[in-house]
Parts: sequence; structure tokens; C-alpha cells
Amino acid sequence: MDALIPASEFRWIVPEMILTGFGLVLLIMGCLTRGPVASKISGVLCIAGSLFALIFTVKMWGMNLDIFNQLYTIDNFGTFFKSLFLAILILVALVSLRYADREEIGGGEYYALLMFGVLGMMVMTSSHHFVTIFIGLEVMSLAIYVLCGLLRSELASVEAALKYFLLGAFATGFLLYGMSMIYGSTGLIDVVDLKKYFLMKQPFSATMFIIGLGFLLVGFGFKIASVPFHMWTPDVYQGAPTSITAYMATGVKAAAFGALIRVFFTAFIPFQFGWSEIIWVLAVLTMTVGNITALVQRDVKRILAYSSIAHAGYILVAFITGDRGEASSMLYYLMAYSFMNIGAFTAVIVVQRKGDNTSDLDSFAGLGARHPFIALCMSVFLLSLAGVPPLAGFMGKFYVFSTAVKAQYYWLAIIGFLNSVVAAYYYLRVMMYMYFREPIGEAAGAVDRAPQYGLVMLICMWALLHMGIFPRTFIVMAQKAVGIFG
Amino acid sequence: MLEYVAIFVMFCLAGIIAAAIIGFSHVLGHRTKSKTKLAPYECGMTTTGPTRRRMTIRYYIVAMLFLVFDIEIIFLYPWAVVSRRLGLFGFIEMLIFVFILFIGYIYIWKKGALEWE
Repeated sequence: MDALIPASEFRWIVPEMILTGFGLVLLIMGCLTRGPVASKISGVLCIAGSLFALIFTVKMWGMNLDIFNQLYTIDNFGTFFKSLFLAILILVALVSLRYADREEIGGGEYYALLMFGVLGMMVMTSSHHFVTIFIGLEVMSLAIYVLCGLLRSELASVEAALKYFLLGAFATGFLLYGMSMIYGSTGLIDVVDLKKYFLMKQPFSATMFIIGLGFLLVGFGFKIASVPFHMWTPDVYQGAPTSITAYMATGVKAAAFGALIRVFFTAFIPFQFGWSEIIWVLAVLTMTVGNITALVQRDVKRILAYSSIAHAGYILVAFITGDRGEASSMLYYLMAYSFMNIGAFTAVIVVQRKGDNTSDLDSFAGLGARHPFIALCMSVFLLSLAGVPPLAGFMGKFYVFSTAVKAQYYWLAIIGFLNSVVAAYYYLRVMMYMYFREPIGEAAGAVDRAPQYGLVMLICMWALLHMGIFPRTFIVMAQKAVGIFG
Repeated sequence: MLEYVAIFVMFCLAGIIAAAIIGFSHVLGHRTKSKTKLAPYECGMTTTGPTRRRMTIRYYIVAMLFLVFDIEIIFLYPWAVVSRRLGLFGFIEMLIFVFILFIGYIYIWKKGALEWE
């Protein structure tokens, strides 16, 4: 193998380089300037950089090649996820234009960390080499550990950062240990090489390898917040600044699922009979625990946190089947899930007041009469999360469960359906508060109106309706993305 | 697994030797309990102040920053070994790498992380 990397290969990582460049500029801005104007400029620069990166990423659709001595990969799967992350980044940055200033956490560093986080996600989902996946994961995680604790005067935020950091570091250890055990038992550290190796050495079974596979699952299970590795989720999602919660709930989950799907569907399909049983239990637990616990929550951010756990369970339902063609259902679901969550968290931001990071159900009371537009948007997001047609959430659930039925996992599909019914209760409860309750407290009904929030909610609503009513384009896109497993 | 037996034996031996040394000195050793002898050992100097002193957080910041730039130096070594083969292209790549860390350096400088007082 030649050590030299042709310079021309760098043109394939232009989006990543744009993000890095803009991030560095923002970092310098962060230490040289301060004040709301500088924060606004930083935000606009961040959005501009992400848009550039998105344009270059979309242009790479259809490309399929390995670069940097097989350490990095450009393929439809990666491009699909990269575009999703950049869309998430743009939406979160738009919300932050106002929110970060309101909470006085804005400035160059805030946006630089958002960009570095997305950079990590992009690296993580576009490589089949364990080391690159790990580096991407760490770049993403480090940025988010800091972002969680930005509300320095709030105890809950600091607690969230510390909790996420400690547990995250522990989970990363599991992941790395798993990778090293798989490397130890096979001598290979590239997922595609592993696939070829297993094709030759079937049936392959080594105790160390099986343990390594388990550790890998634990590491990824933590990042996607599946039960029993979910304990951090509600506290961290509640304590973190709400814009960051939206960013974590969508971006981190999508990135972790992206890497998980790529690793398992490329190399470990021959062992599907083994891990599918374990994940069967995990998926049922994740759906059920997430939904049942959400029923008794009173804080909307916490409800959404438990709902995000439950949604990880729904996606795992399709993951279990190991059906490489139908893996597109997970991609479609993640896309729909991202838009509905960003929308819902934006609505939470609108209802929250400055310096108050909680979001009690009571603060939503009477929203329907006072601010019909916000209540309407929130209702659409909640209905989509509950899986009501014609919204994208319904199509996603339908697609995921039909994958399970097709692979004859009938019980799993039934448990999934039952869970969706249970979930409808707590989503509709928020709607009930908005439309059928009188406002409570003296400051009730005061919301933070800003065109940025409205724009983000409109984009999310349009995306959900479009993906729900005309899902074909998106499903075809997701199918092309999973074509790499074929 | 057989090739790891040697390591396991070495672990056991290390444990036995350590336990033996401590055990023998405990059983055979002659003990005088004077105040100086029981005090925490501090390089032969007279102990000053309480043992559990609170350290200022600056130590940790400086230690952390040191680590980052220390690792940067380590990354320069493998490049230096093959720098002739990599040529100008490798040199520019390394400059970019150092430049990114340089921006980090400016950042911590401007943020006042290097100021002691």
C-alpha cells in the first residue's frame, strides 16, 4: 500500500473541509468579539457554511468510492445521512439565532461547536473503517458534552453535561473495547474486509468475537438511547439548552443509527440469527419502557425525551430483520423523526421564558386560543410523533412495521402497534392542554415570538406533510442509499 | 488462548513477589513508631501543611492544554520519519494540521486560559 494520498482525493471531502473552515473562523470570532451583534453574525456565518456544505454534499449523490486508503468512503448511504445532518444543523442554527441570544449562550463558540458536532456525525456515517467511525463519534461527542453545559448558571444544565460526559466516556470505552476484540479475533478492522472474511470462514464463531459484538451493541445502544442504556436521556435532554436538545435528539441519534446500520448490515448479517434475538428484547423494552414512563411525565421536554427513547425502539424493530433491502425504512423513519422533533422542540422554545429551562405542561395550557399558529404547529408535530396519517410519522411507522411483518416478526409488529396506541395518550395530552385548558398563572400566554421560530416550524411542517403525502421520492432516495448493502 | 498463558503467569508472579515483599517486611521488620516515621513521606523534607490541600483549577486547565499540544508533537514524529517521501504535499498537509492547532492556541490565549494571576 502506498503511503501517498493523491491530492485530488481531497475534493471528495469538501463539505467536511467547509465545516472545519467555518468552524475555525467562528472560533476566532468567538474569542475576539462579543455581544449580540457578533452572535448574530456568527449564526448567519454558520448557516451560510452549512448551506455551502449541503450544496456540495447533494452534488455527490450517486458517487461511490473509497478514498484515503479505504479510511473514508463516499457513497449514497453517507451522502444521505450527511445531507440530513446538515439540514438539522441549518434548522438548529436558525432557531439559535434567537434562542441563543435570549439565553445569552450565543457567540462564535456556540456555532463553532454545532458545526464541529455535525462534522463528527458526517465522518462517523461515511466510513467503514472502525478507527474512522470511532474518531467521528468522539468529535461529535466532545462538541455535545460542552454544548449540554452551556447554561452555566443552571444546575440542571451542568448536571446534564457531567452526566452525559461520564456515561458517554464509559459507553465509548465499551465501543472501543468491542472494536478491539473483533480486531483481536479476526485481525481485521475494516467492516468491508470483515464481510469478505466471514464469507470465506463460514461458520465463524469465536468467543472473543461474540463478546466484541456485544460490546459494540452496548456502545451504540447508549448513543441511540435504547433501554437499558437510556438512563441518561431524560436528565440530559431536560437539562441541556432546548436548542441543543433538539440537536442531540435528532443528530446524535441519526448518526449513531447510521454507523450502527452500516457496521451491522455490511459485515454482521451472517450472525443475524444471533444478535436479532438480543435486539428483539432490547427493542420491545425500549418501546415499552419509553412509552410507559412518558405517560406520567409532566415536563414536555421530558415527555419528548421518553418519546425519543420509544422511537429508537420503533427503528430497532426494522433493524432486527436484517433485511438489507428494507433498511431504507429506518432511513426514512430517521428523516421523518428528525423533522418532527426539531419542530416540537422549537415549539417548546417558543413557550419557554428567558432563563427558565423547564417546560411544564401547564405552560402549554390555553395556547390554542391565544396563539393559534404555534398551537397548530405543535399539534402537527405531536400528531406526526403519534403516527397519525397523512403525516410523515405515520408513513415511517407503517414502513418500519411492514418490514417486520414481511420478515415474519409478527409479535414484534403487534407490540409496536400496541405501543403506538399507548404513545398517543401522552402526545394527545399535550394537545388537550393546549386546546381545552384555561391558562394557568399570571404570566400565562406570554410566548417568545420571532420570525426564525416561525420559519423553522413552517419548514418542519412542510417537510412532514410532503414526506407523508408524497413519500415516494424519499423512499426511493432511502432505497438508493441502502443500495450499498446489496 | 495458549499464547497468553505467559502473560498470565507473569501477572501471577508479579502479584506474588509484591505480596511477599510487603508480607516479609511486615512480619520480620523492626518497628519504631515515632511521629516523624508515621508522617507522610515527602522526599525527605519536613512535612508542611495538611495533605489534602485544594488545588486551584488552573492546574487542571494547564495540564489539559499541555496534553493537547503534547499529542500534537507526537503526531509530528511519524510525519518527520517519512517527510522525505511525502515531499511538499505532506509538508503542506502538516502545516494545515499545525495551523488548526494554532487557532486553538490563539483561542485559549485570548480566552485567558494561560494567565496565572
